[in-house]
Formats: sequence, C-alpha cells, structure tokens
Amino acid sequence: MSLRPSTNGFIVLALLAGACAACLVDAGLSCESRAADIDAMRAMAGRLGLTDLALFTEARYTRHPSQADLHSAFQDHPLALEHFPSGSLIVPKHADLVRETTTPD
Amino acid sequence: MIELREVKKAFNQGQHNEFWALSGISLNIEAKRVTALRGPSGSGKTTLLTLIGCLARPTSGRVSLHGRDISGLPERFLTEIRRKTFGFVFQQFNLIKGMSALENVMLPAYPTGRPHRELKQQAETLLERLRLGHRRDARTEWLSGGEQQRVAIARALINDPEVLIADEPTANLDTALAKEFMAILESFDAEGRTVILTSHDPLVVESTAVHRVVDMRDGKLVER
Amino acid sequence: MPIWFERQRHLIDFTLASLMRRKGRNLGLLLVYGLLVFVLASVTLYTHALRHEAAVILEGAPEVVLQRLVAGRHDLIPPGYIERIGRLRGVQQIRGRLWGYYYDAVVKANYTFMVPGDGSVAKGTLIIGPALARQRGLALNNGVSFRSYSGELFSFTVAAVLPQASELASADLVLVNEEDFRAFFAYPAGHYTDVALSVANPKEVRNVAAKLANLLPDSRPILREEMQRTYASVFDWREGIMLALLSAAILAFSILAWEKASGLSADEKREIGILKAIGWETGDIIKMKLWEGGLISVTAFLAGFVAAYVQVFRLGAPLFEPVLKGWAVLYPRFELVPVIDGLQIATLFFFTVFPYMAAVLVPIWRAAVTDPDAVMRA
Repeated sequence: MSLRPSTNGFIVLALLAGACAACLVDAGLSCESRAADIDAMRAMAGRLGLTDLALFTEARYTRHPSQADLHSAFQDHPLALEHFPSGSLIVPKHADLVRETTTPD
Repeated sequence: MIELREVKKAFNQGQHNEFWALSGISLNIEAKRVTALRGPSGSGKTTLLTLIGCLARPTSGRVSLHGRDISGLPERFLTEIRRKTFGFVFQQFNLIKGMSALENVMLPAYPTGRPHRELKQQAETLLERLRLGHRRDARTEWLSGGEQQRVAIARALINDPEVLIADEPTANLDTALAKEFMAILESFDAEGRTVILTSHDPLVVESTAVHRVVDMRDGKLVER
Repeated sequence: MPIWFERQRHLIDFTLASLMRRKGRNLGLLLVYGLLVFVLASVTLYTHALRHEAAVILEGAPEVVLQRLVAGRHDLIPPGYIERIGRLRGVQQIRGRLWGYYYDAVVKANYTFMVPGDGSVAKGTLIIGPALARQRGLALNNGVSFRSYSGELFSFTVAAVLPQASELASADLVLVNEEDFRAFFAYPAGHYTDVALSVANPKEVRNVAAKLANLLPDSRPILREEMQRTYASVFDWREGIMLALLSAAILAFSILAWEKASGLSADEKREIGILKAIGWETGDIIKMKLWEGGLISVTAFLAGFVAAYVQVFRLGAPLFEPVLKGWAVLYPRFELVPVIDGLQIATLFFFTVFPYMAAVLVPIWRAAVTDPDAVMRA
C-alpha cells in the first residue's frame, strides 16, 4: 500500500531538515576541532608579523592588499590586470601568457 | 424543506447586457422526494439549481432551508451549508483531472478534517457500491463517461448530504447508462434522500422514480 | 487540534497530488529553485567563513605597521628611524621587518621572502610555505637554488616546511636568515622594509599612529583594524561581483517562478471553481496554495543549503575557487572552518522563500473569490 502524499512529503522534509541539522552540528564540531589550527595560525601571524593572507599571489597589491597604497594597480605579475572589480571579470588572454618574462624583472 | 419566495436572479446587473435568468419563482421542495425541473435550455432551471444548492445567492427574494433564511448569509456559512447539506453531480461531472477516482471521491471531505482512514474507507465503500471498486486508482481521464458519472455521484455522497443535486444527469449518457443512472436514483429514494435534478430527457422525467416534475420556461414556473 | 491537523494534512495531500500530476515540470522548477539557493548560499557561506578566518588570523598581526613612502611609492626605512620611534610613549615593542617578493621563473610564481623576527632560521637554510613546497616539489633537507636579482645563484637547504593547516596565511612564504636576505636581495645594511610596532593598550593605537605621522611625516602607519577591514571589503566586493553575475540568473528564475506560480491556467481556474462548488471555502483553497508554495520553497531552500554547505566546507568550494582566489599560479589549498552566520542564512531564507509564496498567493486570491456557480454555468 502506498503512503499518503503528505506522509511522503513529511519524510522528504524531515530528511532535508535532518541533513540541515547535521550540517550545523558538523559546523559546530569542525569549529571546535579546528580551533587549534586557527590559534596556531594566529600565533604564527604574531611571530612572523604577518599582515595578510596568502590568498592571491599574483601581484604585490593582491598578496598584501593591506600594505598596498589605496587605488594603485601595480602590474607586478604579467597576468595581474588591476585590483578593481573589472579585473575579476576580464580573464587574461592566452597570448599574454606566452610572452611572459622568464627572468626576474 | 426548501422554500423559495419570489426568487429573482440577474446576471450582469446594471450593465448593458443585463439578463434576468429567473423572474420571480416561488416553490416548495419536499424532503425525501425526487423532484425534477424540466424546461428547454435557457429556461433558468440550472440557475434555480445553483440557488437551491447555495452555489449562488438570489438577486431578490428568499431561499430558506428547514425554515431558516439562507439567502442573505455570508459566503463562509453558505459554503458550510453547501458542504453539509448538498451533494452535487454536475453535467460535465467536473472531476479533477490527473487524480485517481478515489482521491476525487474524497475531495469534498478534505476541509472537514475527517480522519483519513475513515474517509478512505467510506470512499471505497461508495465506489464499491457503485461498482467502481476495481477502478479506484484509475485517473479520471481514463474512465468512461458512465464511470465518470458514478465517480461524480460517489463524490456527491461522501459527506452524506441530505439533498442530492444533479444537473442534466443523463445528458452525456446513452440509453443503457441513463437507465443505470435511474436505478441508482431509485436507490437514493429508498435511502430517504431528497433529490433535485434538472432534465428534459423523457427517460428521466417520465420515470416512476421521479415524484414531481416542475416545468419552467423563461425564468418562470409553468402552471399545469 | 487534531481536526485542524488532519485538515492541513488533507490540504497537503491534495496539493502534492496536484503537483505530481505535472511531475517533470514541477521537479524542474524545484531543481532550478534549489540550484539558485545553492549558489547564493555557497557565496554567502564561503565569503563569510573566509572573512571570519581572515579577521581571526589577523588578530595576531602587529598593531601598527609603519611604511615609508617616497613619491607615493613604498620605500625602505633608512637607519635611524627605529631609534627615533623608540622614544614614543605607549609603544611596547619595535621591530624592523625585512620582506620582499621574488619571481620564480621555474614555476612562474611569486614568492614572499621574509625574515622572521626571532632569528629562527639558520644561515643557508629556508623554511618554506606548503603551497610553494608542493609547486616546486620540495621536501625537508632538499637543496634549492634561486637566482638573485643581481644574477648570482644562491643555494639553500629546506630546514622545514610550514604546517599545511596554516596554508591560508603561509602558502608562498620563504623564511630566510637576515644575512642571507640582505645578501640575496643586495639589501642595504641598516635598512628595513617596514617597521612593526606593538602597542600594549588598544585605546592608544590611534594616538600612537597620529604621533608617528607627526614624528615621521614621510611615513604611513597602517593599523591592524585597517588590515582587517581591508579583508572584509575585499571579499565584500568579490561577493558583490558574484551576486551581480548571479542577478541575471535570479531575475530569470523570478520570471520563471512568477510565470509558474502566478499564471493560473484555465484548467487551474476551473479546478478552483470545482473545489469551491463541492464545498471548499476560499480560505481552504488559499491555505492549500500556501502549502504548495511553502513546501516547494522550503524543500528547495533546505536542499540548496545542504548542498552548498557540503560544497563549500566538505569539497573545498570547487565552484568558486577560480573567481574568489584570482588567477595566481600559487593557490593556497585550505579547508575553511565552517563558521555560519545565522542572520545571513535567515536573510537568504527570507529572500528566497517569501517572494515565491507571495507569487503563489496573489493570483490565487483573485481566482478563489470567484463565484462557485461558475462551474455550473460553464
């Protein structure tokens, strides 16, 4: 015998809500277990005097955005266009990759 | 049981296409009898049926049920009366497409909040009684005309109404199926239900199952 | 309450059975809806977690960093500056920092060379960041040579690789000894890249900065809170870009949803008429439709959110890496700590669930108040 549509609906919703709750529990547990890593990173930042995250290594102003002067676009890396929103939308052409410098500039 | 006093009904009132479907009808419908409204199309019999069945309110005049005036009640109360007192079998059957026969039969009882098990049981019993038990899970569009009508009848009975209203019940049926409908009609009579129907089919209005025939023409009753 | 409950269940039964009639179409809608929530939630979760992590890590950053500017460009701190700052009240510790960039032609990546203040790197050795070690294929005790800007080749031994867990902050770091650093970059003696100051009292930081600007007019003090703010705003606009790109998708979905939810077909109108004729109240029909809208939108929201969580925190956000990380050669590989902002999620819920329910409700209202006798007349 098949279940009522509402029963099926509740089962789906309950499963999803359960998964959602599992995500939140997982988030809580991971935060706890990763706390030591975060503390270590903060300690390292203090020890080395780090001022920035190593997220974007293509240019000076993206490697150390907090240290760069405002509104300046330094083309340190041949692929780095600039820091303004348009830079995120324009992907460098492949031709630019070819004539890349091979010696330190 | 149902009393109509000088009932009039206009459509598009106050506009250039104003049309009076009923122009002054006084009628008393007795309980536990089968009453047929007969008349040519456009005579206002379907409109009268909608007023009796609380689907619409009269423009003027009074409709009372068990001595209680119901013509001025707000929609919510009318709906409740309609649900408890009347069961409808429409000319086009008006089943919900894509749903099973069983679901269609159960529909009118959904807003009552009756327990699902009990409701399903009753719907199955009704379908069984109308010899449709084997078609309970079939979608309505897969049913034949006669089967569709029987589903519509089962649906009309699910809330166990006092009054059954049928609009041109045999209009879409061949003779054999129409006769079958008359047999079902007689069983209602035997149960003591009030039946009000419209028809111009001689098979219906001349049948012994019908106790009273009311003739109509141009929105008025025809005296005999 | 059991009657009320049973009634709602019946309404849900009906609305689900009714949805299942156009299974493909409604599942498609659910999928697109869920996908939209997934993308929006992914952006929200990812940027919030990254912002949070940046803020927490940078709590360890120096309170003030002092740069010297020449003609608007960052220049070296000449000898004597540190001594002059030393007399400033409120400053607990002063350290001249030595750091710079090196472009490695071998892997075409930029590294950040840095001298740790505590002298923890022995001469001739390096401590390298994990992304760099991965990219160059370096391990402990390996030898590595870099050609300096003067053309001379320098050889080092890898003394340690920084822990992978710290990659977000250390991916491209090359920690060297001060002597090696000065020799490698031909850095003039007594000069520093910039100065890091620690200020004991947080309330004093702004005063110290003002005094520094007075004392050394050619310098620019950068406060820790400014660094943290930089990160907050960087991700803000990157998130903004994502949302701007997404707005087209959101618009398309809104049109789809509006069309689906609000465009009542003649069939649906007829069904509403039938339901009213057989004894459903206007309120029942509206409640039934509310359930429809609520179930679809809540299901889509929950599914989208769960998928977004798994994508961002369990699979490493493969969807956004290219956009959010830029196009550097050296990518840090990191696992974000799943910090969830309840308010953001609530906002997302509000902006995805309620508009849909409204779109469902408005036209139904108009259809549901029609006279039930319409079915008889039709």
